Amino acid sequence: MALLDIQNLTVKFATQDGEVSAVSDVSLHVNKGECLGIVGESGSGKSQTFMAAMGLLAGNGKASGSVRFGDTELLTANERTLNTIRGNKLAMVFQDPMTSLTPHMRVGRQLTEVLQRHRGLDNAAARAAAIAMLARVQVPEPERRFQMYPHELSGGLRQRVVLAMGLLCGPELVIADEPTTALDVTVQALVLELIRELKDTQGTSFVLITHDLGVVAGLADRVAVMYAGRIVESGTVDEIFAAPKHPYTKGLLACTPRLDDPPTVLLETIPGQPPNLQNLPTGCSFHPRCVSAFEPCPVKRPLLVPAGNTLNACFLNHMQAAS
Amino acid sequence: MWSYFARRLLIGVPTLFAVVLFCFFLMRLAPGGPFDGEAPVPPEVLANLRARYHLDDPLWQQFFSYLGNLLRGDFGPSFKYKDFTVTELIAQGLPVSIENGLSALFIAILIGLPLGITAALSQNTARDYAVSGLSMIGIVIPTFVTGQILILAFGVWLRCTPFQLPAGGWNDGAFANRILPVTVLALPFIAYIARISRASMIEALRANFVRTARAKGLPYRTVILRHALKTALMPVVTFLGPATAFILTGSMVVETIFQIPGIGRYFVQGALNRDYTLVMGVTIVGAAFVIIANIIVDMIYGVLDPKVRYE
Repeated sequence: MALLDIQNLTVKFATQDGEVSAVSDVSLHVNKGECLGIVGESGSGKSQTFMAAMGLLAGNGKASGSVRFGDTELLTANERTLNTIRGNKLAMVFQDPMTSLTPHMRVGRQLTEVLQRHRGLDNAAARAAAIAMLARVQVPEPERRFQMYPHELSGGLRQRVVLAMGLLCGPELVIADEPTTALDVTVQALVLELIRELKDTQGTSFVLITHDLGVVAGLADRVAVMYAGRIVESGTVDEIFAAPKHPYTKGLLACTPRLDDPPTVLLETIPGQPPNLQNLPTGCSFHPRCVSAFEPCPVKRPLLVPAGNTLNACFLNHMQAAS
Repeated sequence: MWSYFARRLLIGVPTLFAVVLFCFFLMRLAPGGPFDGEAPVPPEVLANLRARYHLDDPLWQQFFSYLGNLLRGDFGPSFKYKDFTVTELIAQGLPVSIENGLSALFIAILIGLPLGITAALSQNTARDYAVSGLSMIGIVIPTFVTGQILILAFGVWLRCTPFQLPAGGWNDGAFANRILPVTVLALPFIAYIARISRASMIEALRANFVRTARAKGLPYRTVILRHALKTALMPVVTFLGPATAFILTGSMVVETIFQIPGIGRYFVQGALNRDYTLVMGVTIVGAAFVIIANIIVDMIYGVLDPKVRYE
């Protein structure tokens, strides 16, 4: 049974220039003990999808559709209900560790307040648990770091503190937004190893929001590729990476440099820029940048339907699957 | 840290010297002199007076003898209040100004801060618009207008009702005599503090760390009080530093309108009468307050923001 089930989620922001849809009609689910990778360029709606799920949209944002976590409908839940779930069973680890910690509070206090809130631990117990968690996310000298203010830690350490914060209460699902971006490769490997371990031994589910396809390939069970607020392709990691169907997924994968490429090979790029959400292209949002676009693409929007081994939203694949 | 603040105090000395220098010569540049009263003084008397106050000495000599006296803590005699030294006048006026200023400041913080913060918490609602609008009005209407309006309302229109208040005078600091001047003094500060704290709270609420705190499942109150408030207070403290110095050294306008014997009124009268030493004395005291207030602000920064460390 799905632990997190998102159905037809649409997120709109009221701006001075009118309403902007950051997320359009997104449906996805995460099973228990599963890791779902969400990939896409900046502004593709991958973070906002889960901000909406957490009830953390900016004041001008509005979410519609359904987000079920276990037995709770999160979109209509009141703040009190959300606060018993957030940070407890459902945790979010934010990107941008430089600004995600409160600058005037010691790191330790920011960790222990989570345990005191959800577990009712006393100071000493919370302190011990927090230091143990810091050690677990590979923070060296955790007792000393516990006493420090965020600005006294490097970006990588802060990222690990933010991760520790998410894992403190042993959540069922961790939504990790670019959890390894600020880390150097060796620490990145250790953190990914920790995520894998939690997944395997404790059955923790993960959503990995990233544009690092390598991380997704190594860790995720399934992948959803987002473009301009919609999922354009989703399937198991093996299928998507071995045989991407959507031209955008193909493009993304082609952009990843490979170690065994000779140094003379030019890095592939997807031409053009991600579209302006206020002024989306007609039809398929990707068609202006798509190398395979043909007649129906600018006219009609392709639906996300099974085609080949994945769900994808591309007329080319729909035709091939039909024939 | 303490040595840092000791050094800051020392740096204040040349600043004060510059204030003394400019103020001294600016005063002398102003046309007229301390003895140009309405009734002309006989020339012999004037000559005696000028000799008595060394006004015929070369200007630089006057400056250095003033500076010398100043270093001994002597502000010199007042030119106009004949039997008083400037030190005595300041000793009389300053406590009155400080009492009024502190009351006004206290009220301004007590009202302005909650107004601004609740407005920020209910952004773009009727309450927010009301606070923003009223505080804008509070800032743009000068105290000499609010002062007159309040005098008109409570001193004239409400005369012979229980709401009547003295329209001026000090009456040895009777409570009723303080209400109107303190109100007038506090109003613009309430407005400023409300606006600044509203803006800074709105900014703090948008910060990523507030989002993190909410994602942890902390109750809204905790998120605001523990995570957002300290950051939001920084700009308010920045404003309060110089504002405190200003309000404690007496508002010239308010003290003049309400005839309060504070040093603000002495400053106005001193300037009009070319009472050189009195103006100098009040200015120096004011400058010292500004310097000290700024140092205190920096100390409070150190408490609010762990990134600020002084050595």
